Amino acid sequence: MNSTIDLQKVAAIIDGYGCRREALIAIMQDIQAEYKYLSEETLELIAEKLDISIAKVYSVATFYENFSLEAKGKYIIKVCNGTACHVRKSQPIFDALHDYLGLTGEKKTSADGLFTLETVACLGACSLAPAMTVNDEVFAKMSPESAIDLINVLREKEAGANG
Amino acid sequence: MGKLTRAQFISLRAEAKALRERQGMQILVCAGTGCVASGSMKVYDYLKTAIEAKGLKVSVELKDEAGKKGLHLKKSGCHGFCEIGPLVAIEPAGILYTHVKVEDCDEIIEKSILSNEVIDRLLYEGKREYMHRDDIPFYKGQHRMVMKDSGRSDAEDIYEYLALGGYAAFEKALFEMEPAAICKEIVDSGLRGRGGGGFPAGRKWESVRRNVSDVKYVVCNGDEGDPGAFMDQGVMEGNPHSIIEGMLIAGIATGASEGYIYVRAEYPLAVKRLKIAMAKAEELGLLGDDIMGSGFSFHLHINRGAGAFVCGEGSALTASIEGKRGMPRVKPPRTVDQGLWAKPTVLNNVETFANVPNIIMNGAAWYRSVGTENSPGTKTFALTGNVVNTGLVEVPMGTTLRKIIFDIGGGIKDGKKFKSVQIGGPSGGCLTEEHLDVPLDFDSLKKLGAIIGSGGLVVMDEDTCMVEVARFFMAFTQNESCGKCVPCREGTKRMLEILERIVKNEGTEEDLYLLEELASTITETALCGLGQSACKPVVSTLKYFRNEYLAHVRDKHCPHCNGRKKKVIIDQTLCRGCGKCKATCPMEAISGDKRSPHFIDNEKCITCGACWGSCPFGAINAIEEG
Repeated sequence: MNSTIDLQKVAAIIDGYGCRREALIAIMQDIQAEYKYLSEETLELIAEKLDISIAKVYSVATFYENFSLEAKGKYIIKVCNGTACHVRKSQPIFDALHDYLGLTGEKKTSADGLFTLETVACLGACSLAPAMTVNDEVFAKMSPESAIDLINVLREKEAGANG
Repeated sequence: MGKLTRAQFISLRAEAKALRERQGMQILVCAGTGCVASGSMKVYDYLKTAIEAKGLKVSVELKDEAGKKGLHLKKSGCHGFCEIGPLVAIEPAGILYTHVKVEDCDEIIEKSILSNEVIDRLLYEGKREYMHRDDIPFYKGQHRMVMKDSGRSDAEDIYEYLALGGYAAFEKALFEMEPAAICKEIVDSGLRGRGGGGFPAGRKWESVRRNVSDVKYVVCNGDEGDPGAFMDQGVMEGNPHSIIEGMLIAGIATGASEGYIYVRAEYPLAVKRLKIAMAKAEELGLLGDDIMGSGFSFHLHINRGAGAFVCGEGSALTASIEGKRGMPRVKPPRTVDQGLWAKPTVLNNVETFANVPNIIMNGAAWYRSVGTENSPGTKTFALTGNVVNTGLVEVPMGTTLRKIIFDIGGGIKDGKKFKSVQIGGPSGGCLTEEHLDVPLDFDSLKKLGAIIGSGGLVVMDEDTCMVEVARFFMAFTQNESCGKCVPCREGTKRMLEILERIVKNEGTEEDLYLLEELASTITETALCGLGQSACKPVVSTLKYFRNEYLAHVRDKHCPHCNGRKKKVIIDQTLCRGCGKCKATCPMEAISGDKRSPHFIDNEKCITCGACWGSCPFGAINAIEEG
């Protein structure tokens, strides 16, 4: 993962939109697609290049759920908590992952920096509820057990890649 | 290919139609979000490699097919019955295989592609009678207009869309109809907005047409934020050109030359398909400047949402396109007068636009032949929850809930009893058994305190606690409240606190009145439609399921949340009368003399469990009542 943000690349993304103010959301989406979060320096650079106040950039970045001002794990897990998933018991999946990854309170990313756990309001995969995504790949008809198995598979994959 | 003239366009469409009619065997692998999640792309890749390994020519686009009679492998749009995916259809034989895995592919190639056999075990329920899609009960009761070609054609191939009559309505509107006549046709058709409000689309168009402005916009609302609803996703992924065509026609009708499609961030596949469709349409000159030499220009843009439910509200959506916080504003001025960048704007939902080409092609009278007097046409519902068949269901307006849930949906899962159906998402209400025979249309639902909304239907069985459901929706709305107006920002927070208290059996009967009072205040004073309807789930459950609230606040025991009510008994043969239980009981419910068996007063007992933990002889047990 690109953990440090290359401001030159950020500048190139902003230039790609011709520094248009109305493209603010799209610009932040593209930057976040690259680095998974928006750092303070990034927001400052956007403000400067779009010639708007940093407060305005911050206000938009914090309004929308998708933007994160904190670095995230390599794998972003989103457990769907839409109505269909909720009535088919998605909460126990979230709780199981939360415990298994050793997360507490505000902490959403596991200690090894691999996993970030979030919820999402609806993935539109309601027929296959309960559903979750790992970096935008949808996994259907999950259970607490299968979700933990998936974490283990990803962990092994990482251990294999590093060893 | 260069930009088309009208004559070239007509001949291209005829050519595409001829190609499609002439084509040999087609294998359609469903590439909707649901089937992809179940592994359909692995099936697609395997089929392609394995068929090619047999030395057969595989074409993946209709125009590749010229003159060859090979196999056509397509990625189809969503069939709507995602639960039985991955789906593979074989045409023209009309076979629909369900739950197809990579391991099944070799057998499919050997039996159904190289020869003419049908593999029974892959058919729906393994039955030959369900070989064709439309024989399956789930499809039998449906009437598909918007979803008609989804699942039967390749969503990424513009030639397929053209072959099925695509862009013909646009051509007709462009060359043969005056803007006023187009608006009149839409007004006459009675098409009402499919996004929730049910406002007549034609009236919006006519207002924008009459407005004088240098720039006007057409905006498509694809921010399908209702949890449990995914029909717009199905259309965007399965038939993206129908939306583009509808928007183009709106452009001609109103004099707008710029269009925006706003898609929610959680639908990456829909964004991809729309982008491909836009690029192909531009390539052919169906989008861009001076389309087919008519002088009409239309440029289309796509915006991705960033995870804010409130952006489904018109003025919030346009603010978001402008790069601002997506917060609704006070109306009037209406979007038709001052919408995007304060210019006159047509803002309709995905499904609304997708209906337009059919109306222009076949006329208002044809459209009115389906549905009810005041709500013509069809509506697609996302049927989910505790129901046997979940998926996208397109039915004429006026169809009853009973037909949708029991005939098409196959009834309640695991043989349980029906309790309620939540319709219209967080802005809708919960209906009960007594409403099963009410025809579903905009007006009859409004009377019941629910709305069609975008069309989410979440079915709940007898084990569901309706107070918990109300809490769930309130938690959603509270989290998504944009914070601009006080009633919604503060009111939903207080209501959520009360509901949480009630769910935990810590509420009082007074709380129920407080909820009702708060709900009516928020409904009357919130700034936007989302705030005004935020309390509907609470109000409707309080109205139809009040006894469940009472179980929480009066009995402090909900049979759904807390299991069956327990009764504590002391086994008279085991009790030695030590008195430990009597000392621990916080309710002083236990009585008895020393060294003789004790008794428990179940009226006083709150089944807290303190006594059975304290008994050294195992004489105290809790048994389920009833």
